[in-house]
Amino acid sequence: MSNKQFPIRLGKVSFLIDKKSFYIISLLTFLAIVLMIVSLGIGQLFISPVDVIRAVIGQGTEMQNLVVNSFRMPRILLSMLAGAALAMSGAILQGLIRNPLASPDIIGITGGAALTTVIFLAIYTDRSNTLTMSIQWLPLASFIGAVVIGFLVYFLAWKNGRITPFRLVLIGVGVAAAADALTSLVMILGPIHSAAKATIWLTGSVNGTNWNEIATIAPWVFGITFILFIYARRLNMQELGEDLAKNAGQLVQRDRFMLLLLSTSLAGGAVAFAGGIGFVGLMAPHIARKIIGSAFGALIPVSALVGGMIVVLADILGRMLFMPLEVPVGVFTSLIGAPYFIYLLFKSHK
Amino acid sequence: MKAIQTEQLSLGYKDELVIEELDLTIPKGEITAFIGSNGCGKSTLLKSLARLLKPKDGSVELAGKDIDKTSTKEIARQLAIMPQSPQAPEGLTVLQLVKQGRYPYQSWYKQWSEEDEEAVQYALDVTGIKEFEDRTVDSLSGGQRQRAWIAMTLAQDTDIILLDEPTTFLDLTHQIDILDLLSELNEQEGRTIVMVLHDLNLACRYADHIVAIQGKSVFEQGNPDEIITPQLIHSVFGLQCQVTCDPICGAPMCIPYSRQRQMKGANRYAAQQVQAN
Amino acid sequence: MLKSNALKGLGLIIGLVIVLILMWASVLYGYTDITSQMIIDSFTNFDESNEHYIIQDNRIPRSLIAAAVGASLAIAGAIMQGLTNNPLASPTIFGVNAGASFFVVFGVTFLGITSLQSFAWFAFAGAAVASVTVYLLGSLGSDGLTPIKITLAGAAIAALFSSMTQGMLAMNETALEQVLFWLTGSVQGRSLEILMSVLPYLVVGWFVALLLGKHLNVLVMGEELAKGLGQKTYLIKLAGALAVVLLSGGAVAIAGPIGFIGIVIPHIARWFAGISYSWVIPYSAIIGAMLLLSADIAARYVIYPQEAPVGVMIALVGVPFFIYIARRGINE
Repeated sequence: MSNKQFPIRLGKVSFLIDKKSFYIISLLTFLAIVLMIVSLGIGQLFISPVDVIRAVIGQGTEMQNLVVNSFRMPRILLSMLAGAALAMSGAILQGLIRNPLASPDIIGITGGAALTTVIFLAIYTDRSNTLTMSIQWLPLASFIGAVVIGFLVYFLAWKNGRITPFRLVLIGVGVAAAADALTSLVMILGPIHSAAKATIWLTGSVNGTNWNEIATIAPWVFGITFILFIYARRLNMQELGEDLAKNAGQLVQRDRFMLLLLSTSLAGGAVAFAGGIGFVGLMAPHIARKIIGSAFGALIPVSALVGGMIVVLADILGRMLFMPLEVPVGVFTSLIGAPYFIYLLFKSHK
Repeated sequence: MKAIQTEQLSLGYKDELVIEELDLTIPKGEITAFIGSNGCGKSTLLKSLARLLKPKDGSVELAGKDIDKTSTKEIARQLAIMPQSPQAPEGLTVLQLVKQGRYPYQSWYKQWSEEDEEAVQYALDVTGIKEFEDRTVDSLSGGQRQRAWIAMTLAQDTDIILLDEPTTFLDLTHQIDILDLLSELNEQEGRTIVMVLHDLNLACRYADHIVAIQGKSVFEQGNPDEIITPQLIHSVFGLQCQVTCDPICGAPMCIPYSRQRQMKGANRYAAQQVQAN
Repeated sequence: MLKSNALKGLGLIIGLVIVLILMWASVLYGYTDITSQMIIDSFTNFDESNEHYIIQDNRIPRSLIAAAVGASLAIAGAIMQGLTNNPLASPTIFGVNAGASFFVVFGVTFLGITSLQSFAWFAFAGAAVASVTVYLLGSLGSDGLTPIKITLAGAAIAALFSSMTQGMLAMNETALEQVLFWLTGSVQGRSLEILMSVLPYLVVGWFVALLLGKHLNVLVMGEELAKGLGQKTYLIKLAGALAVVLLSGGAVAIAGPIGFIGIVIPHIARWFAGISYSWVIPYSAIIGAMLLLSADIAARYVIYPQEAPVGVMIALVGVPFFIYIARRGINE
């Protein structure tokens, strides 16, 4: 083959590495790590990057170790993971539905999570505005909402033994609207304090993340990402259309189900812990497509890195701009992502 | 020898049958062309041969086995279909597209074997699009794009290739070019080619076997030399024509009548021909 | 689907009658009991009774507003789907709701606006600013306004505005309390003056939309084909965008951001009237008005004696019907 790609083969196992993709992914990974180190240093106690690295390996001052490892690290990891998960979820949906407007928001996954979240907050907030149930259970409530809505959409769209992407997305829009409506209803009927808390959740926030949460979400995201790599080639085929996918010997309906399941699980996991961070699921895959092209083997990791970096950067801004006040991370995701996206959009059209 | 065989095959969409109780045999190692007027069901038939469309009734057999009972991956290694005007996603390069043809041979741990590489290389060479391999599919001209899709089909490395109007939207040069390519594949490698063709004369020239479809079934089939007659054309297309001999390769050639423009006395072109002779 | 033009015309007339019946019902039903006789009396023989005041100052404006807003949003949605050639497009994709919400919340947070009338002007301004930005961004580059560019630019700008809105709301609980009801959309408690001040824009929008139908039919077949048929495509796109801004901007100004109607009603309209925009647009108007009117009536009873926001009811009334239609088959 050309010198732009090199194969790795070992017996029956074989992979093909595209050099350009490899370089871009390496570069983005490097940038993401730098960004995270910078982010670890930022806050009321400013720590230089060198000291951050020292603290990460436990060689800093006691104070630095505590701040970096216990306070900041979990939220930054969560930002990265949630951004990556949402971006991959969006990339899957855009390939599956073949519509640039597809995202976890539009087919109701985020809406479902929001609904169960506000219900949870409304039910377990008493008159004195205190939560009667441990907040630890909130992610579970959100996740259930995301998955239930995901499946509801899937089954409502199922007809005559098949799902068409077009019907899926239309039904998704309908169900999402119903979920949003119920969410508003619960917020208006419930106490205003829970509405305020719910608003922060709906905006998306990584404030106050602890290591337990990371221990739950990290295996989840990594596990699904691994399965996703197995499915990348199926997704490539899906994107060529149903006829060609069938021609290539793909069980189109089964794969659609699996891909939707993966997408829902990723988005559900992300919103469960970080709330309804907007924009990333819709736009990060577009940004990635402009950078690397359409083949999913590379598109998925690039989307993930772009999505993660957007959220980490948004979190930095959220903490810095109005110090000591903290702005929820979801506020800045599109503030960072949108201009860059628009730039890419028009650069590539010249 | 038969490549594909249908038995009592009925096809349709919703309640309407397009093809009814059809028994058809596609000969192995030959070029078969489906002809018929618009909407007669020839594309539908082609799709069903490639299991893209489930029959309402009856069955399709590939190498003696019912395709409904054969694993779809196994079929994908024996038979490839190129749909009519397929769409590539924005930004996909030619190489990436052609590599997709290897899908039926790959698995998650076996993503790029040496056979894959050879098959893709071969497909790029044979279709002559190697030089475009890094261009995106949407930036190619019509003829090049069609070659890219055919290359993908070739990379699938199947004995049987089905094509739904592979020459639509192409100029005459590129139509000939694509059909020559298919005919070389047939002659040099013995691949069975089945295609839907609109151009009757090109169908006569390139096909060994013509299947004329009319009235939800096969009206007539066989070697073009034997079956193409003015009567057949009239019955299948409702068109009056003369059948003469293609001066280049001797296949039958249909010259349709027009309602208005019959031969006029002072036809300049005819006069020129007479002078030249 | 209705096949002949005569049937489609008849359907439109029946629809119009249903809208009028619903408008009447919207005046009749609610917390205060009203009879048809009282409505007539309130016009012919106004007696300053509580009921007559409620009819004239509350119920009638509300009924008119629901019909006007519902129709406008649905038309704007149909035009958006035509302009972008994307069945998922809606005025929301033009950034209208996000821009309006941003301006209103900005006004509440930093300029201390409180009245619905000032909300209306802020909303209209926001809708206009957002959609003009989207339009300009979508038109950059040598190929002019393309469906894909406007769709993506719109999605990005909408995200940008709504994130800033959420930022302000998350930082300011009192502002949230003030605008939460507005943000979910409602046609309740709006005076006739608000409608009257916006009505001219809506009327222009309706007029442009009705003229636009047959041009959109050509445009959706592709820009090149449309140009080949002698269409000044830039003019059609500009007129379409103008109509969307006037209609959805006006609607959001009166009633706050109401989603769903714009994206879904055109599909329901197509189910009845086929794909020709000459029919889809008037059908959208009628069905949009019907949906908003019935949702508004339902909103008065669902958590009686309190009122639910109408945006919520629209989704709850419209979604089951929409899912039914989506399953029955929509023209792809």
